[in-house]
Amino acid sequence: MGETGEGYADGDWEALVTAALLGTERRGGTPRALLDAAAVQTLRRRAGLRPAPAARLPDPAPRDPRPAPPEAARRRLAHLLAGRTSGGGAGRRGAAPDLTELLPQWLAAAGRHGYRAPSALVPALLDAARARTDLRAQALALAGARGLWLARLNPEWRFALRGAAGGAGELPDPADAEAVTRLWEEGLFAERVALLGAVRARDAAAATRLLASTWATERAEDRLMFLDSLRAGLSMADEPFLEAALGDRSRNVRATAAELLSALPQSALAGRMAERALACVGPDAVRPPAECDAGMLRDGVVKRPPAGRGERAWWLGQVVDAAPLSCWRERFGGLEPAEIVALPVADGWAEEIHAAWCRAAVRQGDAQWSKALLGAASAPPAAGPGTASLAERAKLLETLPEGERAQWVAEFVRAHGLSEAFQLLGVCRVPWAGALGRAVVDALDAARAAGGYPWSFSGVMGLAERCLDPAEAGRLEGLTAGAADVPEGGSGASAYWAEAFQRLVATLRVRADMLAELTPPS
Amino acid sequence: MTEQGVRWTAEQVLALAPDDASRKAGGRLGGAGPWSQTGGSASGAVWGVCKGSGSTPYRTAVDLAGPAYKCSCPSRKFPCKHALGLLLLWSAQGLGDPAEAPDWAASWLAERAAKAARPTAGPVDAEAARKRAERRAERVGAGVAELEQRLADLLRGGIAGQGQAGYAPWEETAARMVDAQAPGLAARVRELGTIPGCGSGWPGRMLEEFALLHLLDRAWLGVSGLPEPLAATVRNRVGVPSSAEGETVRDRWLVLAQYDSVSPDGRLTTRRTWLRGLEGGRPALVLDFGPPGRAPGLALPVGLVLEAEVRFRPGTAGLRADLGDRTAAAVADRSGAPAGVGTGEALEAYGAALREDPWLESWPVVLGPVIPIPGEAAEGGWQLADAEGASALPVACGGGRPRPALWQLAALSGGGPVTVFGECGHRGFTPLTAWQPGSPEPVPLV
Repeated sequence: MGETGEGYADGDWEALVTAALLGTERRGGTPRALLDAAAVQTLRRRAGLRPAPAARLPDPAPRDPRPAPPEAARRRLAHLLAGRTSGGGAGRRGAAPDLTELLPQWLAAAGRHGYRAPSALVPALLDAARARTDLRAQALALAGARGLWLARLNPEWRFALRGAAGGAGELPDPADAEAVTRLWEEGLFAERVALLGAVRARDAAAATRLLASTWATERAEDRLMFLDSLRAGLSMADEPFLEAALGDRSRNVRATAAELLSALPQSALAGRMAERALACVGPDAVRPPAECDAGMLRDGVVKRPPAGRGERAWWLGQVVDAAPLSCWRERFGGLEPAEIVALPVADGWAEEIHAAWCRAAVRQGDAQWSKALLGAASAPPAAGPGTASLAERAKLLETLPEGERAQWVAEFVRAHGLSEAFQLLGVCRVPWAGALGRAVVDALDAARAAGGYPWSFSGVMGLAERCLDPAEAGRLEGLTAGAADVPEGGSGASAYWAEAFQRLVATLRVRADMLAELTPPS
Repeated sequence: MTEQGVRWTAEQVLALAPDDASRKAGGRLGGAGPWSQTGGSASGAVWGVCKGSGSTPYRTAVDLAGPAYKCSCPSRKFPCKHALGLLLLWSAQGLGDPAEAPDWAASWLAERAAKAARPTAGPVDAEAARKRAERRAERVGAGVAELEQRLADLLRGGIAGQGQAGYAPWEETAARMVDAQAPGLAARVRELGTIPGCGSGWPGRMLEEFALLHLLDRAWLGVSGLPEPLAATVRNRVGVPSSAEGETVRDRWLVLAQYDSVSPDGRLTTRRTWLRGLEGGRPALVLDFGPPGRAPGLALPVGLVLEAEVRFRPGTAGLRADLGDRTAAAVADRSGAPAGVGTGEALEAYGAALREDPWLESWPVVLGPVIPIPGEAAEGGWQLADAEGASALPVACGGGRPRPALWQLAALSGGGPVTVFGECGHRGFTPLTAWQPGSPEPVPLV
């Protein structure tokens, strides 16, 4: 370039830009000279680039001592997270396994093995946790300290800081009183809830002392949440604190405290409730309370009934469901719960009393009473002693030991088929016990033979994909073949059934592979 | 004579397009959809039948040796969109084993073969080729002159008004450059229309681009006086295919990164694969193209090592390369992160490469150990800081790289040092692959 810089001072880029903006007609010089000079400057600037001063470095993330999952499992997780957004449950799904349903299982299994998330996948995991609240707790637990570190940097992931319990490895040692106090006073709500849990696991009384230290200054909704967090691991050590909370300013806090106390059969509140309940209910007569006195109010009884219910029946229900179930044995002459439940109830109060006993059995986690109230699984649901509601039955089932629960539901499915079993199946442990799995598969097979369509059972099919023991895949293979053999012109449903069973088998096989991949190399 | 087996790249095919409209229309026909009865001969011809909107499908044949085209469509463009589509289809997937041409194509090919067999063919062909090259140089020259004129006119009146000018004038100028058979200039010109939308500082960026275009124009006009590597770079940047053979290097090549970008009209996918010779340390950029609806064929996972011959194209700072014969099956590399350089050295490497190719946007660099600083913490965007936390490179924003990639990088680092491969240029550093300390596994940032 012969005429470099003609009319333009060497080295002043801003002057060249100004000249370009205003034009050479106004600024003098020629376009050619301007372009020549700009070319030289552009290259000089690019070739002479120097690093910038660094901004403040982020604080390093706390170390996560948990091991990373094996490589095959890492690849699977990446695949599941990538498939999260595609697909979807709408319409006929074909025979391919449903990846969105496998992700929660992967997370749960990885959690059981004590893995941490592979660092590169933590952002995708946080995105998944943001989109699906059902995954949140497990995804955040897996993401651990690195997830919380990232969440502090990216506002889109703030939910992780206030959401589930604090990250693993971030809480101070519960024995370090000074650190505990500092976090309790300065921490985020989620961190404080996690801290409370950690302290409680070590020393229940210390936890309620910690809670009491700031109780008066906490906001009402926080008081309620803290109280609610005591539900896990509730014990008699919590009684004094709960008893004091019965006098709280907030009605919701008072009600929750009363509910928790009533779940402790040895508590003073349970004793007071037993006294009231025994005065109302006996083998020969039922006399609901005549009034809701100040003592009842303090113990959490709600005075005003909902629309359509009588006042006295409403009070009776509350008194009975808060009384310890153990008090009835003596009142009914030493009978067992099943015998008590089988007795006719005087004065037409059976429905109220049985419903209250169901609530009490769930609240007190009493398996013996639950079994009595559930009755025989083979009996028609409407004839059940406690309740015909499937939702309430599911809750009662949850108090039963896993084995008994699966057995009861298996029997229910064998007797009544699948159309009402969905909620009950949902509370059974995964993978389903052998007898339960067989009952479900047999029922599906029976539905096929009866000429139904698989989408009438899509809910149970979906559950089966998630919950059947992968070891059942081999046994199911026979069904996919059998369904395909139906001759042309036969029931149009047969092809759909074959497809549904194929998908079930495919999903079970993927689940088996997935679980095997997560097993640490020995 | 070109064997049918040696396929052209999509780039080479598109360079034949007489204008932008043909390029787009050809691109639409570059998928298998409308084609049937496709095939190719061992002697270097391809043919196929393309279903158009009418009842009679078009018969298209291309003699690759010419190249020469024959098509039953009424288009007066040459080659027509059908010929371009057929060639794109062939470049993407081949047309199967060599076969006998159908009658309609065979008679035309035989005619051409007879003409070529006449005794004067040899010298006349060389003379014709020289003439063709001369004609093209003339056309490019005319395009360059027109572009210089347009830049001068704009600078005379000032570019302040460009903020509202929009894309249209630049699209029109780009089309003129396509007519002038200078696709490289056309692409640069088309980019100019996007600059005012890039926020404050656009006048400076626009002047930079003007200046580099001007530099390219001037270099083209004096290309015969330039040393050969620089002349090859200039021809390449203008978009005129170079006939010179490049250097061939045999090495074990580590795949450092691979990513796709899609042309603004969404019709062509460009796949960039970055390689590095483990013995010689030389970087190589392999491009592959996918016609509409199809991914490019070359798929090399990051971290793979392949023993192969790589043919470097002349010019462009020796980066552009084609993958030759592979001698052994590829293996996964587990030797860990390559040794990285500091931020200062990375910029020096880019600066040095500019000497060979002043139009170079970036240079491949393994940077490390560095600590990523997320944008929310650092004023004005993300940075990659040296481990001591003193100096840093800004992370290039935009450019089509998604932000999730940056968060993935942050997640890998956890505030600690990592090694990062990426493109280092005047707009900052674009991270493409990262290694965690203590892990041999490269993590592609997607």
